[in-house]
Amino acid sequence: MTDMPDTTLTSDPSHDASGHPATDDAAGYYTPGSPLVDTKAPAGPIDERWQTRKFEARLVNPANRRKLSIIVVGTGLAGSSAAATLGEAGYVVKSFCYQDSPRRAHSIAAQGGINAAKNYKEDGDSVHRLFYDTVKGGDYRSRESNVYRLAEVSTNIIDQCVAQGVPFAREYGGLLDNRSFGGVQVSRTFYARGQTGQQLLIGAYQALERQVAAGTVTTYTRHEMLELIVVDGKARGIIARDMVTGAIETHLADVVVLASGGYGNVFYLSTNAMGCNVTAAWRAHRKGAYMANPCYTQIHPTCIPVSGSHQSKLTLMSESLRNDGRIWVPKNKADCAKDPREIPEEDRDYYLERIYPSFGNLVPRDIASRAAKYQCDDGRGVGPEVDGVRRGVYLDFADAIARLGRDAVEEKYGNLFDMYARITGEDPYVVPMRIYPAVHYVMGGLWVDYDLQSTIPGLFVTGEANFSDHGANRLGASALMQGLADGYFVLPHTIRDYLADGPFEKVAEDHPAVVEARKAVEGRIEHFLTVNGTRSVDSYHRELGNIMWEYCGMERTEDGLKKAIDLIRTLKDDFYRNVKVLGTADSLNQSLEKAGRVADFFELGELMCIDALNRRESCGGHFRAESQTEDGEALRHDDQFAYVAAWEFAGEVPILHKEDLVYTAIEMKQRSYK
Amino acid sequence: MTSVAIQNATPPLVKGARATQSTIFLKITMAVSGLIFVGFVLAHMYGNLKAFAGHDDFNHYAEHLRTIGEPILPHAGFLWIARAVLILALVVHVYAAATLWKRAKRARTVRYQVKKHTGAIFASRLMRWGGVTILLFLVWHLLNFTVGKVNVKGGATNDPYNLLVDTFDTWWLTIIYLVAMAMLGAHLHHGIWSATQTLGLTGSERSRKLAKNTAFTLAVIIAGGFSIVPIFVLFGVISK
Amino acid sequence: MRLTLKIWRQSDAAAAGAMHTYEVDDVSEDMSFLEMLDVLNEQLNAKGEEPIAFDSDCREGICGMCGLMINGEAHGPVTTTTCQLHMRTFSDGETITIEPWRSDAFPVLKDLVVDRGSFDRIIQQGGFISVNTGSAPEAHSVQVPKEAADRAFDVATCIGCGACVAACPNGSASLFMGAKITHLGELPQGQAERDIRVVNMVAQHDHEGFGGCTNIGECAAACPKEIPLDVISQLNRDLRTALRHGH
Ligand SMILES: Cc1cc2nc3c(=O)[nH]c(=O)nc-3n(C[C@H](O)[C@H](O)[C@H](O)COP(=O)(O)OP(=O)(O)OC[C@H]3O[C@@H](n4cnc5c(N)ncnc54)[C@H](O)[C@@H]3O)c2cc1C
Ligand code: HEM
Ligand code: HEM
Ligand code: SF4
Ligand code: F3S
Ligand code: FES
Repeated sequence: MTDMPDTTLTSDPSHDASGHPATDDAAGYYTPGSPLVDTKAPAGPIDERWQTRKFEARLVNPANRRKLSIIVVGTGLAGSSAAATLGEAGYVVKSFCYQDSPRRAHSIAAQGGINAAKNYKEDGDSVHRLFYDTVKGGDYRSRESNVYRLAEVSTNIIDQCVAQGVPFAREYGGLLDNRSFGGVQVSRTFYARGQTGQQLLIGAYQALERQVAAGTVTTYTRHEMLELIVVDGKARGIIARDMVTGAIETHLADVVVLASGGYGNVFYLSTNAMGCNVTAAWRAHRKGAYMANPCYTQIHPTCIPVSGSHQSKLTLMSESLRNDGRIWVPKNKADCAKDPREIPEEDRDYYLERIYPSFGNLVPRDIASRAAKYQCDDGRGVGPEVDGVRRGVYLDFADAIARLGRDAVEEKYGNLFDMYARITGEDPYVVPMRIYPAVHYVMGGLWVDYDLQSTIPGLFVTGEANFSDHGANRLGASALMQGLADGYFVLPHTIRDYLADGPFEKVAEDHPAVVEARKAVEGRIEHFLTVNGTRSVDSYHRELGNIMWEYCGMERTEDGLKKAIDLIRTLKDDFYRNVKVLGTADSLNQSLEKAGRVADFFELGELMCIDALNRRESCGGHFRAESQTEDGEALRHDDQFAYVAAWEFAGEVPILHKEDLVYTAIEMKQRSYK
Repeated sequence: MTSVAIQNATPPLVKGARATQSTIFLKITMAVSGLIFVGFVLAHMYGNLKAFAGHDDFNHYAEHLRTIGEPILPHAGFLWIARAVLILALVVHVYAAATLWKRAKRARTVRYQVKKHTGAIFASRLMRWGGVTILLFLVWHLLNFTVGKVNVKGGATNDPYNLLVDTFDTWWLTIIYLVAMAMLGAHLHHGIWSATQTLGLTGSERSRKLAKNTAFTLAVIIAGGFSIVPIFVLFGVISK
Repeated sequence: MRLTLKIWRQSDAAAAGAMHTYEVDDVSEDMSFLEMLDVLNEQLNAKGEEPIAFDSDCREGICGMCGLMINGEAHGPVTTTTCQLHMRTFSDGETITIEPWRSDAFPVLKDLVVDRGSFDRIIQQGGFISVNTGSAPEAHSVQVPKEAADRAFDVATCIGCGACVAACPNGSASLFMGAKITHLGELPQGQAERDIRVVNMVAQHDHEGFGGCTNIGECAAACPKEIPLDVISQLNRDLRTALRHGH
């Protein structure tokens, strides 16, 4: 890669920059590459870095902005906010999403809330505390400068959203209400009942539509980006398919922003929307953008369990349920099929309260999730048997109802109980709820520098699609914050530094790089439609998901990951030879859309396993069975793994670049919740 | 099937919009004209009930209508003003109804194979054909009592009370009137609530309930009040 | 469960469509309605018949992407979205008729998939508060009475699914539009553009070919988010006020 930010080669690539030998479970699966350095974050005190960067980033004359064009892929919080803001600034913006309206991006599903260091409660919150909590929550695997900036701009987000008319919860005095969320000790989470993501996204969507009317932004809905165009080492456009007519379109611009969301659907079952995919990011990865920490996956403990093999997605229930519900499984395997109400108190195992007496049912997401898995693996799960195993634990409100009364419980959790009843057909006021962990969020994503620029110049990545701010584990209510911080307040400043070099030379539609990208897309589509095999795309996706969940899910082992890689490779070969996609290329064809996405999931899944194999430590959402304390808790190895693993695409064997994580404002500590 | 051209065209954004050119404005004119009708039928019904007071009182009342406002207005002046307002209201009401009807047809050119009407009262779906029925009735009614003064019994036509009694002594005429009153009742049951909603007076659940109840009550009173006279005539309670 | 499904099939926007009948077996009552269609599609795919196109994304009732006319009711017989409708609502042996939203302002693109771009264009005409990024005052500089904030929230929950249009005998989008007018109109921030917002949005609504509202109320009954009819009253009142102000 010639256009990368400055990097220095160490003499011995098998040693990381800090000189420690890399533990090499993944030897043979990858090639060591040169270390990676983020050159954009200014030095100096952490609380001055963003101001400095904003000041140093060059300006673009308003008259020139009309001559500069920007493609934004994705209309979630990250994409809509960026497209609207860049439109307001006067650039020519094209916005893409695969749904029929920008308002439907997956951000809409976020429930809990958004963090901001407003300190309206005067309870000791501050930018620094939010920064500290986020780094610690991420298990010291995120980049300090980025997280600090995130905390810093968090307050502007709330101002902006309120001005747009986002109906946040308010107190009787007419001022904004806050709550504490995800085990944090301060109240800094702003919320709009259980629909915060929806309200924030509608705010951003409306700002976007306003720019459409103003003529600065053009929206392309039901358009899927299928390839990135790189000309002379720079991102200059995308190839997109009009999902209604099937037309393959070339869109050229001066920069491309990917805000295409997360890839949790590599697991097939997740709390993500059906269409969430990695294609936009993966195509960029194949063109030279590094993929960072792909194995970091967040698994949320309170989801409604799988009810059968027909299941298409999993539904999250707010974490707040753990404040009053008690989690248990039967002590005796023989009781698992019984009506839970008939199991006497002494035969119940309230395992979280037993193992973690001080935090009890409120331990962090990853710990609660793993504990549930252990109970079920041990044969003490409850609920229907799916593929021979009962995967579920009880979340019991009987005590809460006895203590607070049914009305109080209904007042607090009524809508969640209703949702549960609708989905399962059971009445949670009478029979304990069943829950099980599910894939929820991915901390991994395309590598970006402090400017949110990837290793391809002119390609910026925001929101869940990048890797930047959450380290190995994301704290509740911080993804919404990051998406909006990136889109409203960070990218518009950093992108201008890049655009200040413009106006850029126009790229011709018949430029070899453009033609090559188009051909690649057409070739792939042609291939899927002509295989004419025997298996549906969904059946492959489900099988891939099972492999990922089994071996690269809540607990990962060297053997398991190696096995998974083999299984994925075999399945991928079969997919290319035996998939059955009907219909035509020039019409709305949902099987064809899925085929493209699943093809990319195969490659991503393999890389996730390699990344997990390489990281022989347990941190945040990544738990390697080989790296635990005597009593089974996660064990981090800061001496060996305090780096971002950034993977360069190189065919079958990827190249690993390490970016060292240096903490100057914070001291690394092991987490403990006992 | 609609044409391809319509299906693929993306309508541009409207420029220079005026409130007076909107469907809601049409609806407002409809609500206002409708409420004028409501006022009229209420008064008219009250007048009809004078039939119970007997021949002379009823005819006096009819005569009185022609002397309201005198001497400021000429004889029957008030009546003519009222007639002008009513005619204007009718033109507006019917024009708006027809325009909205046409729009609604165009808004869904491919119909459903199966369609349930959850949440709608039956009367609301009777508005258009009900309105046409009322209009036809009105034509007949005016021929009957005002313009043509048709007396199917061949009796006198210049004595309103006698004309009334002769008319409703005829069973099939009474039936026509009763059917028309049922239609009117239905029209008002939905129409009065609808007018309050169109005028933006029902912005809460309470006011919405109130409007619906008022509409129902008024509809029953008006349709019932009108119907009593023909029924009583038919059964001989009111007679010459 | 075993079901007979009568489903509208149409190969593209220009083609003529027709109802087709399919049988599905092995439907479990825990399936969502869309998962039942997934099962049917697997069966069709195996037989070499092109799967039925229908929209969905979040499958948890919040994105507004899904939407089918099920036995003549928008989103089916329960007050929820199609994706949150479960098969236990139906009984073994039942025949279910499935059609796309019918509205000329929502052209059918294929099978059960329609184009709701007209909603976006209505929003473009004023469904926002004009505030550029970075120009917002401190959030606590405006107080919003709790009642106003709560009402704004209640109606802001509209997911833009289009069921109101699909259910309305006049094909009117008044409930959708009223929800947005009320959301922004309840808040102090929304006042400056209040008159012009309603006039422009209604103009675009009419221009798109939606019908006028005659207050029938089927929209509110179909709305998965239970947006009440009050919002249409608010819409009408705002237009009347704008009229009075000379717009
Ligand atoms: C159920 C649930 C609850 C959550 N609750 C919370 C919470 O309470 N607090 C919190 O902070 N976070 C929460 N999160 C996480 C958070 O919602 C997401 O991480 C965040 O919204 C992602 O935003 P985004 O803008 O990056 O991407 P998304 O909102 O996922 O948007 C992706 C966009 O990219 C487009 N796109 C993708 N691929 C392509 C392509 N190839 N071509 C064209 N367009 C493409 C899509 O159309 C879409 O517009 C939750 C997540 C889930 C699943
Ligand atoms: C003469 C007596 C009539 C009275 C008292 C009357 C009254 C009303 C009222 C109050 C409304 C409600 C307006 C609104 O929705 O805001 C209404 C609506 C309507 N009227 Fe009439 N009307 C009468 C005659 C007619 C006639 C002759 C027609 C004929 C074509 C008609 C057709 C309609 C229609 C189509 C509506 C709209 C339906 C609706 O709002 O749901 N009406 N009428
Ligand atoms: C049973 C019901 C009714 C009876 C018995 C009745 C009776 C009469 C009578 C006797 C007159 C003549 C009055 C006169 O010339 O002084 C009259 C006039 C009239 N009626 Fe009715 N009426 C009935 C219902 C209605 C209804 C429902 C409507 C309207 C929807 C209506 C509209 C009129 C009008 C417009 C006139 C003419 C008034 C004028 O301009 O002189 N009537 N009616
Ligand atoms: S008002 Fe209700 S039915 Fe209409 S689009 Fe919004 S949520 Fe859907
Ligand atoms: S059903 Fe239609 S007529 Fe109005 S009240 Fe609802 S939009
Ligand atoms: S699929 Fe999102 S609401 Fe149904």
